[in-house]
Amino acid sequence: MIFRGCVWKFGADIDTDVIIPARYLNLTDPWELGQHCMEGAVPGFHKEVKRGDVIVAEKNFGCGSSREHAPLAIKAIGISCIIAKSFARIFYRNAFNIGLPILECATCSDQIDEGQEIEVNLNTGEIRDCLKGQLFRAKPIPPFMQELIRDGGLMKHLAKQLRR
Amino acid sequence: MGMTITEKILASHAGLEKVEAGDLVNVKIDIALGNDITLPLAIEELERIGIDRVYDREKIVIIPDHFAPNKDIKSAENCKRIKEFAKRHQILHYYEVGEMGIEHALLPEQGIVLPGDVVIGGDSHTCTYGGVGAFATGVGSTDLAAAMLTGELWFKVPESTKFTYRGKLRKWVDGKDLILYTIGDIGVDGALYRAMEFTGEVVDQLSISGRLTIANMAIEAGAKNGIFQPDEMTEEYFRGRASRPYRIFRSDPDAHYVEVKEYDTSQIEPQVAFPHLPSNTKPISQVGDIPIDQVVIGSCTNGRLEDLRVAAQVLKGNKVAPYVRLIIIPATQEIYRQAMREGLFEIFLDAKAVISTPTCGPCLGGHMGVLAKGERAVATTNRNFIGRMGHLESEIYLSNPAVAAASAVRGKIAAPEEVVRG
Repeated sequence: MIFRGCVWKFGADIDTDVIIPARYLNLTDPWELGQHCMEGAVPGFHKEVKRGDVIVAEKNFGCGSSREHAPLAIKAIGISCIIAKSFARIFYRNAFNIGLPILECATCSDQIDEGQEIEVNLNTGEIRDCLKGQLFRAKPIPPFMQELIRDGGLMKHLAKQLRR
Repeated sequence: MGMTITEKILASHAGLEKVEAGDLVNVKIDIALGNDITLPLAIEELERIGIDRVYDREKIVIIPDHFAPNKDIKSAENCKRIKEFAKRHQILHYYEVGEMGIEHALLPEQGIVLPGDVVIGGDSHTCTYGGVGAFATGVGSTDLAAAMLTGELWFKVPESTKFTYRGKLRKWVDGKDLILYTIGDIGVDGALYRAMEFTGEVVDQLSISGRLTIANMAIEAGAKNGIFQPDEMTEEYFRGRASRPYRIFRSDPDAHYVEVKEYDTSQIEPQVAFPHLPSNTKPISQVGDIPIDQVVIGSCTNGRLEDLRVAAQVLKGNKVAPYVRLIIIPATQEIYRQAMREGLFEIFLDAKAVISTPTCGPCLGGHMGVLAKGERAVATTNRNFIGRMGHLESEIYLSNPAVAAASAVRGKIAAPEEVVRG
């Protein structure tokens, strides 16, 4: 899988209350959740994002609550992939479980500029800055998680096993 | 090499003799927990693959507590949805409003989660049950759906960090201060993906309530789980309370830890976490002059009876400062009843506090105490992220119940000594 999109940069410790404030957790529809995605950090974020864009963040992205509404909202507005120095663990699992690819890369957030177009190759973990041509290498996705993505998320993976 | 308590519990539930950090294991789940926020999405996941069944109706717990009693129509629809799911599948542990409580206070109280269990919950503070020696961790709705359907979930065995607390506890210092101090030291990702194992003479003497408070905030350091070794106090707590037999696991003396941290608690004052991260801590003596608008005493972190008793001790004979709101939320109906019997409500009402029915409510800016623009709150809750309790330009300061009560009386962040006479 290869994605191409523009970069939205975020800092460290972006918590789930910033990604989707708890007052909207009475919603379950991903599209509706998306309308409030990141509204605390970037007002009108959902309108600005173009399909395929990529979030590039510092360490501990998605810390805080277990709300799956957070990756759902991000996926719903068209973000193709998140690259961060590290992810909070529940967010990490949730993203894979719902089929939102995420990559850990130690240097991307330091060297890629806001708005820059990049290309992300999920299979190889390679991230290319389309302007400068600079190449970054993310930590490879563990084989088990790759299987989840191939199956289209955890529930489809399970359904496949249960049907066997 | 020996195993840690976390490794032993995971090994036993994976049917393995031995596991070590980094192993991917499939473990049997003793309890899977869902609430009015996370369960609706899990139900949707089950519907999406067209399987309407659960693995074991006795191992699932469903509690409407976050926006319950229903705060608006959408929340009401979610609560209705999880109630119907509970009815349809004859879920044994479903708690309607009149018998409910904040999930992480209710489950130990009712003897539903037990030492040695593997507990997963669609709520990040599921890690609370490490306070009684269970492996407990928060998951998202899809993982919750998978666990309800199969009774199993995969985990990567976490590395463990050992935190040892020695010395004496100062007056008014409790479990909340120890965990805030620890998070202040290691940061909000200081234990990322890891197990935090809490040991030492200080925690050995700490009550179950204090241990639950500490384990509750392990997630605030990014941990997968926080855990205490069960001891006589744990066994005493579950005597007559445990809903089924349980197993005690303890770490081997030669277990492996990636890091060991030691703290001298004699040096630890009551802590206050400043906006907007739980790691942004200061000792109470260095807080300065911070006027406040609201105080919340409650939540899965500090809404237990012991917390209310401490608050009452500080509030007795005092009044909440003018123009300040003090909201006290007993975490379960049982705590509510006991606090009433002990006369704590009289003290709270005399002090001009308001007492709420159990709910997560204001902790996540849901209802029952949402902040306006520019308002400041002291809260015994667990998170002070931007906008967590209301407006994006409001502020939350985290503290223990004694500091919260004293702050309500003074109308600014205050030490308990400032208001407790004698």
